[in-house]
Amino acid sequence: MQDRANHRFVVTRHDFSMLLATLRERGYLLLGPTLRDQAIVYDEINGAEDLPAGWTDEQEAGQYKVKRRDDNALFAYNVGPHSWKKFLQLPSLTLWKAQKTDNGFKVEERDEATPRMAFIGVRPCELRAIAVQDQVLTGGDHIDPDYARRRKHAFIVTVQCTQAGNTCFCVSMGTGPRAEEGFDLAVTEIIDTHRHEFVIEAGTDTGAEILARVPHRSASEADWQNAQSATQRTAEQMGRQIETSGIRELLYRNAEHPRWDEVADRCLACTNCTMVCPTCFCTAVEDVTDLAGQTAERIQRWDSCFNSRYSYIHGGIVRPSTRSRYRQWLTHKLAYWHDQFGSSGCVGCGRCISWCPAGIDITEEVAAIRANDGGGMEQGRKTNE
Amino acid sequence: MVPHPVSIRELQRETHDTFTLTLEPPDRDQGLSFIPGQFTMLYLFGTGEVPISISGDPAYPMRLVHTIRAVGSVTRTMQHMQRGSMLGVRGPFGKGWPVEEARGKDIVIIAGGIGLAPLRPVIYHLLRERGDYEHISILYGARCPADILYSRELESWGGRFDVDVSVTIDYATTDWYGDVGVVTSLLDKVRCDPGKTVVMTCGPEIMMRFAARELNRIGITDEHIYVSMERNMQCAAGTCGHCQYGPSFVCKDGPVFRLDRIRPFFGTREI
Ligand SMILES: Cc1cc2nc3c(=O)[nH]c(=O)nc-3n(C[C@H](O)[C@H](O)[C@H](O)COP(=O)(O)OP(=O)(O)OC[C@H]3O[C@@H](n4cnc5c(N)ncnc54)[C@H](O)[C@@H]3O)c2cc1C
Ligand code: SF4
Ligand code: SF4
Repeated sequence: MQDRANHRFVVTRHDFSMLLATLRERGYLLLGPTLRDQAIVYDEINGAEDLPAGWTDEQEAGQYKVKRRDDNALFAYNVGPHSWKKFLQLPSLTLWKAQKTDNGFKVEERDEATPRMAFIGVRPCELRAIAVQDQVLTGGDHIDPDYARRRKHAFIVTVQCTQAGNTCFCVSMGTGPRAEEGFDLAVTEIIDTHRHEFVIEAGTDTGAEILARVPHRSASEADWQNAQSATQRTAEQMGRQIETSGIRELLYRNAEHPRWDEVADRCLACTNCTMVCPTCFCTAVEDVTDLAGQTAERIQRWDSCFNSRYSYIHGGIVRPSTRSRYRQWLTHKLAYWHDQFGSSGCVGCGRCISWCPAGIDITEEVAAIRANDGGGMEQGRKTNE
Repeated sequence: MVPHPVSIRELQRETHDTFTLTLEPPDRDQGLSFIPGQFTMLYLFGTGEVPISISGDPAYPMRLVHTIRAVGSVTRTMQHMQRGSMLGVRGPFGKGWPVEEARGKDIVIIAGGIGLAPLRPVIYHLLRERGDYEHISILYGARCPADILYSRELESWGGRFDVDVSVTIDYATTDWYGDVGVVTSLLDKVRCDPGKTVVMTCGPEIMMRFAARELNRIGITDEHIYVSMERNMQCAAGTCGHCQYGPSFVCKDGPVFRLDRIRPFFGTREI
């Protein structure tokens, strides 16, 4: 969109509800953060009243706790266990069905109507995660048709981060705390004793058009500065960091580092990290039939490289040890991904740190390998030869 | 990404556990063109889908041929199917053998067990365009004489004056008068100019690792060695993640790889 500076507005807390109502009237299914089961999760919402007003969270390695704030901020939390991935790459999806016929079978492709979704509260790191998944699922020769359909009409309301969580490291990954592009609207929430309002920037024509229907005033230079410094402060509060220089080569040359054995002793291979990660894209398919054996279908589900079945081939599992699975996961995220898709596979959201029951911390694992770069070499290369 | 139902035209027994299926191609006019070394995904109604290399002749796209070893749930059921039964097929997928790069060179084919099946299309190709290649050697290893795949064809290729065929078995039986031992032991006999040789190998990973070591020893470098890798595959389109091998996706970057391109991973345990 041209001329973004002229598309910066201020919307009051009251009128922010209208923004969501407008999207609903336009036929969008509203999906956003809401408080459920002691966590801030993404789900269908009716409007601003379902947002987690006045709630925040506290996170540490292996810990996540929601907490009341002493104000009614709508977006003063950090990312929870869900990511937008669940709406774009469904956790479970029937790819096709087949019907038995007299001389064989007939395959019917699915052709389901896809809802037009509006994502309310996409954090900058999550926006980047969506871009990463776009590249994985639609950037190559094969385009995942279901993902592409859902993604095409998704309207994205980004919320710039005005506070960092303890497990966040978006600054290291260059993904936050302020998004500059990729959204339809980007919101910075401003809340203090005498005001509660939103500085909103339109990133697309559709965004600008929706915003025009909501009462607003043009953002002054002061409003805009205010919004900028809010995210600037966040950048200075990052809970964690990763040194990314040469990280690809670092991991390539440390495939036999003793740290993999050490982390394997703690890792439960529970798959949590892969389930919460907004970029993990692996899926498995299952072919099933109904009881009469007349109808068969192929169901695609999220899978994890921590599952033993994941690398099964006749004659053995390629990665039987937890050591090799953790190594695969981390090396894929931070090294192989660059070769495969031209970017890091980690956006620094910190979910895998908070939701690991063993408190395993990707930033700490990388630091440990870096601190003892080449540490595996004196052990000799472990090969089957 | 949806399997095309096709019927089985012929089902031929090869050995006690291996059989060859000739399928009707999904496109009955054009057939299914493929590059030697490519594979398809074969679907058994309601049971599952398996990656299987095409083992037929690339010059005959109307005959879609696969040679399969019955090892588990899908392949064992396929072994007992009838002519006219239906399977699903998707593909072809992947990168094949370097038939162009190999022109004008000595060719060494090293196969172990069922690994001869993915190499058969390239053998057909080489023999058809025999004049474009120098010495051709085929080294094949099987467990025992009864396990030798395509034995009639091996015999007929061996009968030609312009191809060297050597077969070895792991365990000798009384009626076996040929070589005994691992397939790499046949390398010493091979006529080739190490500086202008292309090797294509398919078989158990351990066999390919030993082969690579021996080949390096006789002066054939990784840039001239091609291996076909095997990993779990669900989508065959590079999006399910299962076939990752270092930064490569075996389904689309392979299954045939030039060895120097995967060298850092080749032989690393559990990579
Ligand atoms: C690129 C490629 C080409 C192949 N070409 C041939 C060939 O020409 N002939 C042949 O006999 N075999 C070939 N294989 C191996 C063949 O795919 C397996 O033997 C087959 O999948 C076993 O399935 P199953 O259901 O009978 O066995 P099970 O052990 O019951 O396996 C269960 C499931 O695991 C998966 N699986 C098991 N083994 C493998 C494997 N090796 N590779 C990928 N997925 C696997 C399959 O989805 C299978 O249905 C090839 C494998 C690959 C990756
Ligand atoms: S690897 Fe961890 S920090 Fe990185 S994007 Fe995935 S969940 Fe977030
Ligand atoms: S790293 Fe943590 S979250 Fe991931 S599989 Fe291991 S124990 Fe589970």
